[in-house]
Amino acid sequence: MPYAKLLAPPVLSLRFVAVWRRNWLVWRKLALPSILGNLADPLIMLFGLGYGLGAVLGKMQGTTYFAFLAAGFVGSASMYAATFESLFSAFSRMHVQKTWDAILNAPMTLEDVVAGEWVWAATKSLAAGVCMLLVITAFGYASVPLALAAVPVVLLVGLAFAALGLAINALATGYDFFSYYLTLILTPMMMLSGVFFPVERLPEAIRTIAALLPLYHGVAIVRPLLGGQFTGAMLGHAAVLAAYAIVGFYVAVVLTRRRLLT
Amino acid sequence: MSATVLATRGLRKSYAGREVVGGVDITVAQGECFGLLGPNGAGKTTILKLCLGLIDPDGGAIELLGEPVPRRAREARARVGVVPQFDNLDPDFTVTENLVVFGRYFGLRPRDIERRIPALLDYAGLAGRADAKLHTLSGGMKRRLTLARALVNDPRLVFMDEPTTGLDPQARHLIWERLRQLTQEGKTLVLTTHFMEEAERLCSQLVIVDRGRIVAQGSPRALIGGHIEAQVVEVHGPGVEQWMARASQLAPRVERTGETVFCYAEDVAPVLASLRGQSELAYLHRPANLEDVFLKLTGRDLRD
Repeated sequence: MPYAKLLAPPVLSLRFVAVWRRNWLVWRKLALPSILGNLADPLIMLFGLGYGLGAVLGKMQGTTYFAFLAAGFVGSASMYAATFESLFSAFSRMHVQKTWDAILNAPMTLEDVVAGEWVWAATKSLAAGVCMLLVITAFGYASVPLALAAVPVVLLVGLAFAALGLAINALATGYDFFSYYLTLILTPMMMLSGVFFPVERLPEAIRTIAALLPLYHGVAIVRPLLGGQFTGAMLGHAAVLAAYAIVGFYVAVVLTRRRLLT
Repeated sequence: MSATVLATRGLRKSYAGREVVGGVDITVAQGECFGLLGPNGAGKTTILKLCLGLIDPDGGAIELLGEPVPRRAREARARVGVVPQFDNLDPDFTVTENLVVFGRYFGLRPRDIERRIPALLDYAGLAGRADAKLHTLSGGMKRRLTLARALVNDPRLVFMDEPTTGLDPQARHLIWERLRQLTQEGKTLVLTTHFMEEAERLCSQLVIVDRGRIVAQGSPRALIGGHIEAQVVEVHGPGVEQWMARASQLAPRVERTGETVFCYAEDVAPVLASLRGQSELAYLHRPANLEDVFLKLTGRDLRD
């Protein structure tokens, strides 16, 4: 494939909705285990660490440790939901079941398929983030009107990590390949993005790295929102997430073209 | 002369410097069953993918249902059905859901898809299994469902990549029956196969492809008549080697594969006469078929 075509900007059409609906229909059949998997894990961590560690740590940045951690977990739960969908599930559909091949035989383009998977993975991330927000709100750890503003933020986090996941998916040789990304990228990102502890206390070099990470920006918006504050700095954080989402999607499209169309 | 529904001119495709398709010209007329024959790795699947606009050619031109491909492949594919080599049905869906979800990829309205489903299930012989889970279907049923799925948009042309590979004879005959039904309805079929019997029974026109090039084309009968002697005697058994030395004078073409000798001739009476009294040699006398043409043109060596 000539470079001009490989690198051409994606042409998007509403046909991607058919791909999204295919995944939605599958998910409806497997909803219960899926919800449990996506939600139970972060909630157990949140309640365990939030109350257990919170009793030792006391207040953190003027709030309870539970509230501090809860905001972080909204971000990380969204990140993992989008990531697992765009890695393991998308890889099954692309490589194992050959679902993408079947779709491409219809009047669908690769862009339609990647866009459908992208929005779908972000939807799952949105669902995971909203579930976390609901639980946190029910326990009284979120300021209610502003917590609603966290919903689009969660979607943006989902779009950013779904795009990154699909780019990694296009490079994958098998399921094991994803361990590199999960272990070497996402786990350190979780540590450096202010989920468990404030980044401000870390050395400057590490803070500089943190500022490059999409999860850091997601948490930096969600935490003040749940605490009842809205600041102008949030727009800057949102812009970084949007950039990750858009550039990531473009990279995912190019890498998938290289994998499947050449 | 019926309308051309698929035409390629000088089609070329290389992968990493190796030419997989090397200048292929194909013309398929409306309503015919067109066969692409070739050994494994001959480039059959690549030719299909190029015709569908799924990969870009390095050279040449393709016109599918009046649309230039790959430029307007999406528009062309809206009126095309595809049966892939390996089933890629959705394992999480029922029979009906597979059809409904696939219809959406064509932008069909739910009402229109649902109206077509009973006829499609009937066609696939799955009328009683509309809500069956996919893993409860046999290989033949899955193949028929894949065929029905390829018809969800009522296509004018259906591409099939080895439609009966891996099926038992009963299932294979049922698929053949269904494919004939399609051509009777006026649909055009383009299929790849390496089953000569399948090609001989189904195809009105075919090309034999080897190493990315067309080595012969025509109707099955014309190919058999034009490329090979009418009669074949296959001989094997102890002493076949010594017998072969004599047989070379009795038939114009004598070939050997392993322990079997093949004698090709218009008149095999001298060969049969020389076999009488050779009780240790087993033989089979039969008319030449497409497989003989295929082996003559593409050689008897293994391709894997």
